[in-house]
Amino acid sequence: MRGFTGIFTRELLIIKKRLLKMLISFSVTPLLYLIAFGWGLGQKMTVEGVPYITFLIPGLIAMGSMTRSFAISSEINIARFYWRIFEEFQAAPVSDLAIAVGEVLGGILRGFLATAIICVFAVFFHVRIHVTGAFLLAVLANAFTFSSLALITSMVVRSHADQSMLNNFVITPMAFLCGTVFSLKALPGWAHALIRWLPLSPATRAIRAAALGHLMPWDALATVLCFGIIFFILGTTAIRSAKA
Amino acid sequence: MIYYVNANGGYTHPLIKIETLTKRYGKVTALENLTLHVKEGEFFGYLGPNGAGKTTTVKILTSLAKPTSGTAEIGGHDIQRSALAAKKLIGVVPQAINLDMELTAYDNLLIHGLLYRMKRSAIREEAKRWAAFVGLSDVMDRPVNTFSGGMKRRLSITRALLHDPRVLFMDEPTVGLDASGRRDLWGLLKRINRKGTTIFLTTHYIEEAETLCDRVGILDRGRLIALDTPRALIASAGKIVVDVFDNESLTSHFFPDRASAGAFAATVQGSATIRNANLEDVFVKLTGRRVEP
Repeated sequence: MRGFTGIFTRELLIIKKRLLKMLISFSVTPLLYLIAFGWGLGQKMTVEGVPYITFLIPGLIAMGSMTRSFAISSEINIARFYWRIFEEFQAAPVSDLAIAVGEVLGGILRGFLATAIICVFAVFFHVRIHVTGAFLLAVLANAFTFSSLALITSMVVRSHADQSMLNNFVITPMAFLCGTVFSLKALPGWAHALIRWLPLSPATRAIRAAALGHLMPWDALATVLCFGIIFFILGTTAIRSAKA
Repeated sequence: MIYYVNANGGYTHPLIKIETLTKRYGKVTALENLTLHVKEGEFFGYLGPNGAGKTTTVKILTSLAKPTSGTAEIGGHDIQRSALAAKKLIGVVPQAINLDMELTAYDNLLIHGLLYRMKRSAIREEAKRWAAFVGLSDVMDRPVNTFSGGMKRRLSITRALLHDPRVLFMDEPTVGLDASGRRDLWGLLKRINRKGTTIFLTTHYIEEAETLCDRVGILDRGRLIALDTPRALIASAGKIVVDVFDNESLTSHFFPDRASAGAFAATVQGSATIRNANLEDVFVKLTGRRVEP
């Protein structure tokens, strides 16, 4: 298992090298949402009993930590198909589990970076985020789940084009539909029933509750973690099957 | 079972032991029934045209691909059942440079060392030692994307040697290098081999195999068609070759000595060239084709 430090160290070195660019790029989407939906539309609107901007920011944290954690799939893809660095990992005396741990930790770290940026924005928009153990646990569960999903997809796809298709069909719809920018209660019953089973829905519920200092919905957190564990096991298995 | 006599007169197992290895990709057979043993300390050349199955063999031996059937062992460890133990003994220099271009040379070595569970202090020491050996000491803090092709290749070799492997797999390491870079690399590889590291080199360059290797296996269409020392292989084909240019075609004729070659050349109608045989001639004689990339 110790071999995961090599893979995680690579992630750290890359993040260190690109930190400024990364922080700027991670800031753009949440900032646009905050300006367009927070200032532009939601100044006087309330959702689920709180001002819309207060509702929106935890949703953006869920969305941001998901998309940035999932983005490691593109990094792994580039390492696999373009730079072929993944072969260096596979040729080393490192178990598939260690490779999975190293890559997923890299994704989690990116998820937390995205979260930190949105928490800083929250200060400027006068929204208090309760950065407690429960909040960090909810973000961790979300980032873990989507890093693990990224690991599966990056091992299954055969090209960059496949990867971007997956992003379009899976991640983008989830980012919008899972209660991040609007309340799921506004949806028709059948849609609500369907969407609540997507992994980002319980994650958003858990992150929002923790961020706003409400009681943690433990069932939601447990659901996210279950998704995460299943994805992680499948991701680890997928590494083995990715060999020619 | 084939045994090899070691320096002390005792018998040793081969370091690389491949038995009836076959690899199929769908209906295409990349490697067929390959049996090959490489002993410790040997500089082994694996020669063949592109698509012969050289890279497939290396990928299987380095655990990057699964064989369809057959077995392979490194240092007595089965590469499928004891993959981690086998992988500890090998260093790999792949055909395509797979370094992290935006990181420094040292960062690349650090990542590799951690993958092989080396301590950071040991990584620093070994990186310093090998960088001096390959002539990269002054550029260890530079990003790899500022390196020339030859420097990247030398860094790739340094990385593969960092954990002190018993065998170094090198897949076409001189492809893309100019003549001077290729010669420099040959010298480096010879020095590495003299230090005791077994080298398994795949190449389609005849001169490279002849100059560097103690023993050469010739691969064609997934089959091992010849295996011996370069000298013995050349002798088996015929030491002297007469190339006859007849209109648009070139045919080679093999002779044991210059006298018989000269006598034959005198009877030729078109133009004929008498020369010493090389490994390519062995390939031509066995397959009727040339080793062309």
